[in-house]
Amino acid sequence: MSAREQMLGAIRRSLRRGELPAVSRAVVDARLREHPVNIVPRRTEGSDADRVAQFEHWAAFHHASVARVDVAGVPGAVADYLKTNNLPARVAMAPDPDLDRYDWPSAPMLEIRRGKPVDADPVAVTGAFAGIAETGTLVFASGPDHPTSLNLLPETHVVVLREADVVGPIEDVFVRLRARYGEGRMPRTVNTVTGPSRTGDIEQQLELGAHGPRRMHILLVRD
Amino acid sequence: MALFVTCLVDMFRPGVGFAAVKLLEDAGCRVVVPDAQTCCGQPAYNSGDRFDAREVARGVIAAFEGFDYVVVPSGSCGGMIKHHYAGLFEDEPAMKARAEALASRTFELTSFLVDVLGVTKLDARCDARVAYHDSCSGLRELGVKTQPRTLLDSVTGVSIAELPGAEICCGFGGTFCVKYPDISNAMLDDKMAEIDASGADTLLAGDMGCLLNMAGKLSREGRTVKVRHVAEVLAGMGDEPAIGALPATEAAR
Amino acid sequence: MKSTARAFKANVDRALVDTNLQQSLAMLKVGFSERRRQAVERLPEFEALRDRARDIKNHTLAHLDYYLETFETKVKGLGGHVHWAPTAEDARDIVLRLCREAGAKTVAKSKSMITEEIALNDHLEAHGIEPVETDLGEYIIQLRNEAPSHIIAPAVHLTKDQVADTFLEHHARHGFTRRLTERNDLVAEARQILRQRFQDADVGITGANFLVAETGSSMLVTNEGNADLSNTLPRMHIVIASIEKVIPTLEDAGTLLRVLARSATGQEWSSYTTFNTGPKREGDLDGPESYHVVLLDNGRSSVLGTEMQDILRCIRCGACMNHCPVYGAIGGHAYGWVYPGPLGAVLTPQLIGVEEAGNLPNASTFCGRCESVCPVRIPLPKLMRHWREREFERHLTPSTVRQGLSLWAFFARRPTLYRLATRVANAALSLFGRAEGHYRALPLAGGWTTHRDLPAPPPGGTFMAQWKARGGASR
Repeated sequence: MSAREQMLGAIRRSLRRGELPAVSRAVVDARLREHPVNIVPRRTEGSDADRVAQFEHWAAFHHASVARVDVAGVPGAVADYLKTNNLPARVAMAPDPDLDRYDWPSAPMLEIRRGKPVDADPVAVTGAFAGIAETGTLVFASGPDHPTSLNLLPETHVVVLREADVVGPIEDVFVRLRARYGEGRMPRTVNTVTGPSRTGDIEQQLELGAHGPRRMHILLVRD
Repeated sequence: MALFVTCLVDMFRPGVGFAAVKLLEDAGCRVVVPDAQTCCGQPAYNSGDRFDAREVARGVIAAFEGFDYVVVPSGSCGGMIKHHYAGLFEDEPAMKARAEALASRTFELTSFLVDVLGVTKLDARCDARVAYHDSCSGLRELGVKTQPRTLLDSVTGVSIAELPGAEICCGFGGTFCVKYPDISNAMLDDKMAEIDASGADTLLAGDMGCLLNMAGKLSREGRTVKVRHVAEVLAGMGDEPAIGALPATEAAR
Repeated sequence: MKSTARAFKANVDRALVDTNLQQSLAMLKVGFSERRRQAVERLPEFEALRDRARDIKNHTLAHLDYYLETFETKVKGLGGHVHWAPTAEDARDIVLRLCREAGAKTVAKSKSMITEEIALNDHLEAHGIEPVETDLGEYIIQLRNEAPSHIIAPAVHLTKDQVADTFLEHHARHGFTRRLTERNDLVAEARQILRQRFQDADVGITGANFLVAETGSSMLVTNEGNADLSNTLPRMHIVIASIEKVIPTLEDAGTLLRVLARSATGQEWSSYTTFNTGPKREGDLDGPESYHVVLLDNGRSSVLGTEMQDILRCIRCGACMNHCPVYGAIGGHAYGWVYPGPLGAVLTPQLIGVEEAGNLPNASTFCGRCESVCPVRIPLPKLMRHWREREFERHLTPSTVRQGLSLWAFFARRPTLYRLATRVANAALSLFGRAEGHYRALPLAGGWTTHRDLPAPPPGGTFMAQWKARGGASR
C-alpha cells in the first residue's frame, strides 16, 4: 500500500466511512465551485471615495506612507519621495506595461532599470494588482511583468496603485484573481503585503525592515 | 428556592452561607438548605475520575430537585452544575434530562440577584476600598462580571479599585494548587503585586477557593489586606473578622 | 526534538528562578493580550468570524480525505509534487531525498513548527546539509542551540542583551565584531548576514499556514518576509504541512486570516500573507524551478473522530499560550517539547504519548482564558480534562491522588457521614487555628502551606450545623 493510500485510509477509518459518498462529494464540489463568501466586515462598505480613504488610513496605520497623485504627477512624486528621504534615485522597476502610462522621462533624475532586482538595488518601483481597503494591504501577483523579488529585496518599495484598483475586502481580490487567471487558478505567487517588513522577535518590540523593505511608499493614482 | 452552600463555605466560611441567605431573604425569597448536599464533585471531575464525579452529581441532582431555583455562592460550583453535569450522563437519558433541568434552574448568587431578581440596590454599609477578583469559572462559564460590581456600587462606603488583571486566574485551580504549588505561587505573586498597586484595603471575590488561596498568600506575606467573599460585604457583614484573620473572641483578648 | 516533558516539574523549578526568562515573560503577559484586545475591539464582527472559522475547520475535517485529494490534483496540474508522509521519519526521508536531488548544501528555512515536530534540522545536518533558520527569532535560537519557547515568537524567552551576546559570539566569523546594544542594529546585522544565506541557499523549506484545495495554493503568513524570500530565491521550494492545514477555498482563507492575525499578534493583517501555487511559470523572472508539498500525518488521522478531534482545528496562532497564566509563569521550554501552553497540553500527549507528557494536561487551573480567546473555539480545558480521564482510566494518576479521591468520594456520596466528617474537621481546624486565625503548616497539606497559610474556619461549626441549630428550613 502506498503512503498515500495508507494516510487516506487512516482518515476514512477514523471518520468511519469509505471514500466520500457521491452525494456528499457533490455538496463539497459545489462548495469549491461556488466558493461562497463568508463574513465580510462592514467596515469595507461605502462609496469609492470612502474605500480609498479607508485604504489610506490602514496603510498608514501599518507604517506605510501614502501620497495621492494624478497620472502626470507619478514620476515626479517618486523622485521627490526618494530625494526627501535621502535615498538614491537608482530604481529597479517592474517590467509591467501598466507602468508605461506614466511619463518617466519627465523625472530625468530617476535612473530606471526594468526587470528583476539585484541584491544591491536600493529602490523598487512596482504597480499592484489591487489594494485592500479593509487593512491597507497591497496585492502583488507574480508574472513576467512583476517578479516577486521586487517586493522583497530592495530596502525601499514604492508602489503605484490606481485608485480604481482599491477594493474593499480581500474577497474582492479573489473575484479579480478569478477574472484574470480563471476559476481555481492562481499565478505562481500572490503576495499580500501590509506595510514594511517588521519583526517583534527581540523583546516583542517592533522593528521595521527585518528581511523585506524597511520603507513602503504608496502612490495612490487618480485616474 | 434552594441554597447550595458549597463544601468550602460549609467548612471554612459559614458566614458566606448566612450572608447569602440574608441577601436572598431580603429580596423576598424563601430559602431552603437541602440537608443531603455535600460537594458538587469537581475534585473528581477535574482529576479525570468521571465515575465518582457522576455519582456525586447524582446525589446533588436528587437533593436539589423540586425547587424553583438553586443558588450557589460560587461561580465554580455553579458552573459545574450548569455546564458539566449533563455531560456526565450521556449514557443515561433520564438522568441527563434531570441534570439539564437542574442546570437551567441554577444560578450564581450575584447573578441570581441581579439578572433574575432585578436587585440593583442593597441596604448595606462597609467602609472599604475594595479590589474585586473575577473568579475564572464565574466569569467565563457564567458571565459573572458586572453583577457583583453593580451590587457593590450600591453599598455605602465601598469604592472599587479595579485590578488590571482581575480576569486572570489567581492560581487556585482546585487540586492544581497543591499538585503544582510553585506555579500556583508564581501566579499568586502576580496577583499580590496587582493588589499592592491598586491601593485596595479589601479583596473580594465570589469563590471560596480563590479567596482561601489569596488570603493564605496575603497572610503568609504579612499583608494587611482583608479578604472576604463578596456576599459578606453585600449583606452588611463586612465588619466580621476577615478570612484568615483572628476570630473576634481571640482578637478581644 | 527530544522531549523533556517527563521532567516537567524540574523544568518548572528551573524556569521559575531564571531571571532573564521571568523578565521576558513579564512583558509577554501584558503585551500580546493587550494588542489582541485592541484588535478585537476594532472589528465588531470578530466573534461571528470565530464561529465561522470553527465551522470551516469542522467542515474540512469531516471531508479531510477529499479535500487533500483535491489539493493534490491541483498541485500536480501545476507541475508541482505532493508527497505523503504517514510518520515523522517518512517526512524527514522525503525532504532529505529532495534536498539531495537538488544537490543542496544549504537550505533556507522559514519558521515552521512542523519541522520542529519532525526534528528536520538535526536530520539534515546529520546528512551534511546545513539548514539556516531565517525568521529572526528562530535564527537567534538556532545560534544558541535552543528550541523555540513559543510557536509564533520562538525567542520570546530572551532579552535583548542575551541576543547581543549571541550575535557577538557567532557573527565574528562574518566580520561583525562589535557588540551591539540597540535593537535596530541587531535586526540590521542579522538581515545582512541572512540576506547572503538566502542568496546561497539551494532549497527553501517552509511550513504552511493553510493549503487551499480550490487552487492548490500553500499559504504562508509572516511579518518579516523571510518565508517569501525562502520560496522565491532558492531553486526548489519544499512545503511541509500537516494534513489538517487544508481548507476548501480562498474565501475560507479570508475568514481564517482575519482571526489568525488578530489572535496571534493583534494585527489587522500580518505584513506578508502569501499564496504560493506551483513552481515558476513560463516567462516568470524569478521563483523556484520545482515545488513540493509534503503532507504529514504523524498521528493526526487517529485523532479524527475522537473526543480530541477539536484540537485539529488549531491554526497555531499562539493566543492560548499568550493568555495562559501557567505559560506566563513558566514559559515554553518547561513544557518539554515542541508545542507549549494549552495547545501543547492537549497535542503533546497525543503526539509523544501521555506516559511521557502526562503532567502537561494536569498543569492547568482550567481558568478557561485559552478557550475564551481561541480563534477557532477549541474547548482546550475540556480536552485537557479528557487527558486526565484517560490517565485515570489507565491508572497513570498517582496512587496517592487516587486514594485521596476515593476516600473523598466515599464521604461526598453519603451526606450523613459527610456531615459528621466535616463537623469533626471543621471543629479541629477551628480550634487549633483560633490563636492565629490561620495555619502556617499543617500535616499532609504541604502542597498548600509551602507558599501560603491555610485560613482557619471561625469558631461556631460548619454552616450546615449552624443552620440546623437555628432551625433553618431544609426541605
